[in-house]
Amino acid sequence: MTGWMDHLIIAPVILPMLAGIAMILVRDRWRGATVLLGLASTVGLVVLAIMLMVLADGPVVRVYRLGDWPALFGIVLVLDRLSALMLLLTSLLGLAAFVFSLARWHRAGPHFHPLFQFQLMGLNGVFLTGDLFNLFVFFEVMLAASYGLALHGSGTARVRAGLHYIVVNLVASLLFLIGVSVIYGIGGTLNMADLANRMRDVAVEDRALLEAGAALLGVAFLIKAAMWPLGFWLPATYAAASAPAAAILSILSKVGIYAVLRVWLLLFGGDTGASAGFGGTWLTIGGLLTIAFGTLAVLATQNLSRFAGASLMISSGTLLAAIGTGQVAVTAGALFYLAGSVLAIGSFFLLIEIVERGREVGADVLAVTREAFGTGEEEEPDEPDEVGIAIPGTVAILGLAFMICALLLAGLPPLSGFLAKFAILAPLLRPSAAGVPAMTWVLMAALILSGLATLIAAVRAGIELFWASPTGRIPRISLLEIVPIGVLLLLCAALTAGAGPVMGYMQATADALYAPQGYLAGVLAAPPAIPPAIPGGR
Amino acid sequence: MELVLSLGIGILAGSGVWLLLRPRTFQVIIGLALLSYAVNLFIFSTGGLRTGAAAILQAGEAGTLARYADPLPQALVLTAIVIGFATTALLLVVLLATRGLTRTDHVDGREREP
Repeated sequence: MTGWMDHLIIAPVILPMLAGIAMILVRDRWRGATVLLGLASTVGLVVLAIMLMVLADGPVVRVYRLGDWPALFGIVLVLDRLSALMLLLTSLLGLAAFVFSLARWHRAGPHFHPLFQFQLMGLNGVFLTGDLFNLFVFFEVMLAASYGLALHGSGTARVRAGLHYIVVNLVASLLFLIGVSVIYGIGGTLNMADLANRMRDVAVEDRALLEAGAALLGVAFLIKAAMWPLGFWLPATYAAASAPAAAILSILSKVGIYAVLRVWLLLFGGDTGASAGFGGTWLTIGGLLTIAFGTLAVLATQNLSRFAGASLMISSGTLLAAIGTGQVAVTAGALFYLAGSVLAIGSFFLLIEIVERGREVGADVLAVTREAFGTGEEEEPDEPDEVGIAIPGTVAILGLAFMICALLLAGLPPLSGFLAKFAILAPLLRPSAAGVPAMTWVLMAALILSGLATLIAAVRAGIELFWASPTGRIPRISLLEIVPIGVLLLLCAALTAGAGPVMGYMQATADALYAPQGYLAGVLAAPPAIPPAIPGGR
Repeated sequence: MELVLSLGIGILAGSGVWLLLRPRTFQVIIGLALLSYAVNLFIFSTGGLRTGAAAILQAGEAGTLARYADPLPQALVLTAIVIGFATTALLLVVLLATRGLTRTDHVDGREREP
């Protein structure tokens, strides 16, 4: 642990932190410098994430010991395949949202750039840490930045939705703290690997208390993931947030999924004693209810932003239901679904802001009223002073992007959404002696019906927007805005084309999650960076 | 000792939850503050309660939890206090902004017509 390569693991946390601090210091005096710093940091993060992914794609778990303390005393950062995957998704989405914001949104309020960097720092920290309390700290860094980003641009709707968002998340943080302290009180450690090792030796009389603590922790994670009775804050907040903020916030719900995957599978997956599999059924049932709620919300909504929020809930529900089955192959499919849905929903949030720009406030509701009463009114062709160039065929490009998004979200062939749902369902339907359990049929019906509902809603919105647009005004967009959307959608296409190797990576990730011996051994036996000169000299 | 602490945590948490569910923002923020007191005390108590124990190790003795209080929950509670304080302050700012923008201090309801 002496080469610079070993310090690469902490770089995704350090880089945005330094960039954010530097941005606060230069303030808004030199906007150019701030933008350059942000661009350097976000591009750097993508490069770092790719390097780390290459590093992580092996049997060895990379461990970074902060302050060179042994894992049981200090905090460790752990890089395995799951962390590397999440880091890459975050950095790609971060870069896209950042470039998109440069067209106009970063001027909508103060301190957008530092907040954006701290948001990335918090997200990366959450994905890297191997310590339960450190996870809480990075959750708070991430959330504090997200409060600012959700309010970016101000306005009554944002502040109102932001107030609810903050209160809900503060309560979730308190639950997180209670859960962590109960687990510490019984397990006697906060290191996740050490905790997993001690799970088997927990006394019978303490087991119920430990499970209660883990359940409280789970509730805190599931509030982030917007599982059904806990997720009513999500559509309102994300619909109110500005487009780049909503895009980066959309990965926050995946943080909840990540935390469930990591902590639940370490503590209750595989052979962890009497509590193995604790709560799996709840995850599946909660996931199914979330899908049901999301499906109804998708059909009921007349607002594109809320449509995106509802499809985000469907994707959360699908992931939770798939993870709750507790099967390795299904989890691999769920990870593939996760990668695709992060990119698709991120680009969708960016896209709808452009599409809605050409329309007056309340156009969605008016459109429905118009259908009913037939009161078409003419629009005066006033051109606001917008930056950017009018691309010929803008509507065609937007329509194509919208169609691709709809295919991805609904899970229709040929794009990655379909492959992902297939990868989730295929292992469940594998013939076995006991036959296919009823839960599998329910899950299958839920996945297909939610896809159908998404498709119906998307077709309805698409016809309204691109075929029968009552305003007929072409939105002006700049290249800075359409390119990030295009890149994200191209990445989804690449996921489809390269599904074989990607699925291989996901399978390896899921295998490691269900058989975490490599993770446990890697964390607990990490060698010190500087070998002690005198044995026992500390 | 245990009884007093448990009762204290219980009363704080109960009042906190009750206030949290009230309709006005000021009640919500006080509720959150009370809840966070309860949680902080709870974290503190997971280290074990002991009266008159040494805060640090005595010279020449091996470290054992039987002789002194577990220091880790104290470190945790310190972090939790700082973070909770900062986020509550942030909430207070948003609360004032909502009050200014919507001219009401309801969380999501509206004022009764006079």
